Amino acid sequence: MANIFPRWSNRLPLLVIIGLFLVGTAAIAGIWYYFTPKYTRVGYQPVQPVPFSHAVHVDQIGLDCRYCHSAVEKSWYSNIPTASTCMNCHNQVLKDDPRLAAIRESAATGIPVPWVQVHKVPDYVYFNHSVHVNRGISCVHCHGEINKMDEVYHAKPLSMTFCLDCHRNPAPNLRPPEKVTDLAWNPHQHLPKDWGEKAKKDWKVNASQNCSACHR
Amino acid sequence: MRYFLLIFGLTILGVMLIAGKRGDISRRPPLEVFPDMDRMPKLRPQTRADFFTDGMSSRLPVAGTVARGSAWQDAPVNTGKQPGTTNWVEVIPVAVNEQLMKRGQERYTVYCLVCHGAAGDGKGITGKYGMVAMANFHDPRLVKMADGEIFNAITFGKNLMGPYGGQIPIEDRWAIIAYVRALQRSRLATLDDVPADHRDALRRAMPPPAPATNAPAARPQ
Repeated sequence: MANIFPRWSNRLPLLVIIGLFLVGTAAIAGIWYYFTPKYTRVGYQPVQPVPFSHAVHVDQIGLDCRYCHSAVEKSWYSNIPTASTCMNCHNQVLKDDPRLAAIRESAATGIPVPWVQVHKVPDYVYFNHSVHVNRGISCVHCHGEINKMDEVYHAKPLSMTFCLDCHRNPAPNLRPPEKVTDLAWNPHQHLPKDWGEKAKKDWKVNASQNCSACHR
Repeated sequence: MRYFLLIFGLTILGVMLIAGKRGDISRRPPLEVFPDMDRMPKLRPQTRADFFTDGMSSRLPVAGTVARGSAWQDAPVNTGKQPGTTNWVEVIPVAVNEQLMKRGQERYTVYCLVCHGAAGDGKGITGKYGMVAMANFHDPRLVKMADGEIFNAITFGKNLMGPYGGQIPIEDRWAIIAYVRALQRSRLATLDDVPADHRDALRRAMPPPAPATNAPAARPQ
């Protein structure tokens, strides 16, 4: 009686196992690499209706973040300025520039400029700006070096791990409250090593790791 | 096996080429892998809301109403005017202490400094970009101006200056005025304003012609 199966079929189970192993590894690696805000969110740089440059306004001119985002110390939400805030200067500076047409129109009509929101946590996350900036967490920590960006892009993942890493060990990220909006200021250059630990104790920083701290 | 490896390799390469790497700049809105309840049909501030005819999720107060805690009373602290009149209040109607002064300095730095300059002389950086006629606080007209009138200028703007009432809360406006007064004082002070134990050090530091005139050394007129 002749062989029903050819000789190579002896190797078949081994090949199938190797094949499944490869596919499985690739799938896990792919999910690990891609299914995270580090991939999905970081780098998002939408086209804005007006090409506003933070680099020019903050780094070059020296405006404080709070000049425009004036409610950040009092509200959970960091407000986008109204067009009339822009017009405080742009009624004179570049006052006929075509790039600012949308601002002038908005200031005249009261219809907001449709800015595109870049940083957005899921709707079931309740992030409070004021509690962070009032306790020495700088803007730069979550938003990256906005002061150097011509167009804002999403620099940090803002994933749950991102929040928890800091909530588990807030001390290294604390800085004096008056330096919170000074994005170019490097705390590691200016503060003694144990400053953060001391501030954490003095200010009674108790970064909650409870689910209900953010998910309410 | 060879074909399998070829297809496997090409698939991985294809995915990597199309998906790119972490942190690549992209104009497309972020992918939400498990969107479950990421976006709920609730209104968030400053977003589009077609439920309202003007399409804005952030609502203005209904006409004729005031929000709790908002400043609506005709009191000097809210208006800068004496109640029932159009006369400015002369002096800041809140307690001026070191805390208010510090707050004023901080808020001045945030909101005023770009135009009026760190010294309050109207030589802020925006002058280099074409802004004109920024007020110099050392101008005698402004030194004499009532505190209430400065309050009004901050709240509603003046000439080319826009209104800052929306950005600067009332308490902070008075704090800024206190600090502006301190800036003015810095150029109008006499030697008598200096604590006695510091006067000698200051006299020594003065330029040569100064030691002859004794007390009011530098009072600009």
